[in-house]
Amino acid sequence: MDISIQDGHMIDPANGINQVIDIHVSQNRIRAIGEPHQEFKPERVINAKGCYIFPGIVDLCARLREPGEEHKATILSETRAAASAGITSLVCPPDTLPIIETPGMVHMIQDRANAAGFCDIYPLGALTVGLEGEKLTDMATLLDAGCVGVSNALKPVENSLLMRRAMQYASTYDIPVFLASWDSWLQGNGVVHEGTISTQLGLPAIPEAAETVGIARDIALVETSGASAHINLLSCERSVFRLGEARQRQLPISASVAVHNLLCTESDIGEFNTLFKVIPPLRTKQDQQGLIEGTERGDISVICSDHQPHSLDSKLAPFSEAATGIAGLDTLLTLAWSLVNNRQLKAETVIAALTVNPARIVGLGSY
Amino acid sequence: MSKRTDFPVQFDQNGKLRHFLTIQGLSEEILTGILDIAHSFIDFGKREIKKIPLMRGKTMVNLFFEPSTRTRTTFEIAAKRLSADVVNMNATRMSTSKGESILDTVKTLEAMHTDMFVVRDRASGSAQLIASHLPGHVRVINAGDGRHEHPTQAMLDVFTIRQHKQDFSRLRIAIVGDILHSRVARSQIHALNILGAREIRVIGPRTLIPTDIEAMGVGYANNMKDGLEDVDVVIMLRIQRERMDGQLIPSEQEYFARYGLTEETLKFARPDAMVMHPGPINRGLEISSSVADGSRSVILDQITNGIAVRMSIMAHLMGGQEKSKWT
Repeated sequence: MDISIQDGHMIDPANGINQVIDIHVSQNRIRAIGEPHQEFKPERVINAKGCYIFPGIVDLCARLREPGEEHKATILSETRAAASAGITSLVCPPDTLPIIETPGMVHMIQDRANAAGFCDIYPLGALTVGLEGEKLTDMATLLDAGCVGVSNALKPVENSLLMRRAMQYASTYDIPVFLASWDSWLQGNGVVHEGTISTQLGLPAIPEAAETVGIARDIALVETSGASAHINLLSCERSVFRLGEARQRQLPISASVAVHNLLCTESDIGEFNTLFKVIPPLRTKQDQQGLIEGTERGDISVICSDHQPHSLDSKLAPFSEAATGIAGLDTLLTLAWSLVNNRQLKAETVIAALTVNPARIVGLGSY
Repeated sequence: MSKRTDFPVQFDQNGKLRHFLTIQGLSEEILTGILDIAHSFIDFGKREIKKIPLMRGKTMVNLFFEPSTRTRTTFEIAAKRLSADVVNMNATRMSTSKGESILDTVKTLEAMHTDMFVVRDRASGSAQLIASHLPGHVRVINAGDGRHEHPTQAMLDVFTIRQHKQDFSRLRIAIVGDILHSRVARSQIHALNILGAREIRVIGPRTLIPTDIEAMGVGYANNMKDGLEDVDVVIMLRIQRERMDGQLIPSEQEYFARYGLTEETLKFARPDAMVMHPGPINRGLEISSSVADGSRSVILDQITNGIAVRMSIMAHLMGGQEKSKWT
């Protein structure tokens, strides 16, 4: 069907468009922006006055819980939620059960995504066997099977030599390495930011240094290994500074932030509200401001949901024992857009961080 | 009407105290009320008949997910003196979602028509979690949740201080030792600040002092000489032996030499300074025997007072704060 979408405000950072303009669609593809071909006769005209039009959102970090934890969510339920919230592509970390470390698992996930039909899924393959940080996986094979990168999910590789070799190996085949850059020892069994709230509530704390130390190491390894790396989920201002320096040196490194770290702080935990239990943790107001400014500067180029659906009862536990993570697909765009409404981020910045920037990191050609 | 800024789950919709979970968020009026009624209970233990019928027909469950003898016993005695039926549960629980959850256990006991739970658990926030998932008429007292708070201990401590020193606004208090892992210290700091103490200091090596402790309204000293100067009350905290593995403190010897309370170090404090300890004490590790058993020590008074203070807290929660009901 041929469709014209008229008078919508289109923001398309990849093509430098930010204006009210018509779009003409034929056979599910955009054929023209602005004036259509003379022979184009739309069968349907959509009046988009007062609406924004964006490219489909690419969420770089979303857990779908399938396979392994289907009582929490499924590929069908999560891709449907994603599509209804404007997300057309999901990148999912390898910490499913079983772990994504064989071509068979990659194919299975993609088959199920195709069967569901709501949006595309791009799996990340495991960086080390069993995510145990001891042996490299068959990364090149995983790439051939359809993985868009490799990652050790939430388990940083403690052994710096192995991490360096993993980066060197990945760089041989231009495989992007996704990093949870934090120091496991400093992270310890912490559940909240180390500061006023951890002190008052008596909760095991994660110092800022857990992240800054991890990032400093990983930047040094990227610099000497030639790998292109994406640091998943920054949480503190000083990490943003480290990343800014690395980018000034033209290192092939990018970073994302979870939308809740842009909107919330440690204070939101209030009286042990387990719904705000996330890793990396919510930090201070200054960190929040630093993350926002880093996003506007482009040091952080991606905003993602870090979607982690849970069953209700897994949050009904003492804070340190409750499940970690927030379900965020449904709210990713609206929460990110609230920063535009509050004049904290420019509209183009937010849309680029949700669409073209993540698309380029995982090599989606259509953006 | 009470101040209801923090931890509102403690209050009912009329602003009356319903649970006793944290000192944080309580008003001076509430604390003073509890102390005053505790005072009237003090002579109770000396009577021939040590019972009043305030909790007659009520069931109180001592639900301890962490082992304890002294605290559980004082709660048991306090409840029995108020004529409650007391059940002691030394429960174990899984830390993960496998097995029965802490809420499952509590709801099972609640289904047996328990009126009051006294809860101790290793996780910070457990008492709060339990209280917010029980029906409105069930009362919860926090007997220690992780590193968070141990509010009844703090109440008996300030009660003991008031017995000896009266006016809080003139008092300097030092808390010495493992503040990081101490729920007692956190509750004490809140209680002393609410009651208007002139100055609170914490003393210890930086590995045992939580970040931003100053935000709780205390000062910090890294040595006993500066920390105890002009101090009226010295509160020693228990050092767990497992902290002594070289990770937080190099050795018992080095710790005792710097932060142990001895006749010598006690001289840094005021001559009439009183010495407190929530117990159980490690003689020769944080406090010398001569100080623990000496004339300045009120450690045994603290234990005795614990019963009256816990009776008073239970009476408050059961709506018996009008003194006329039992005198």
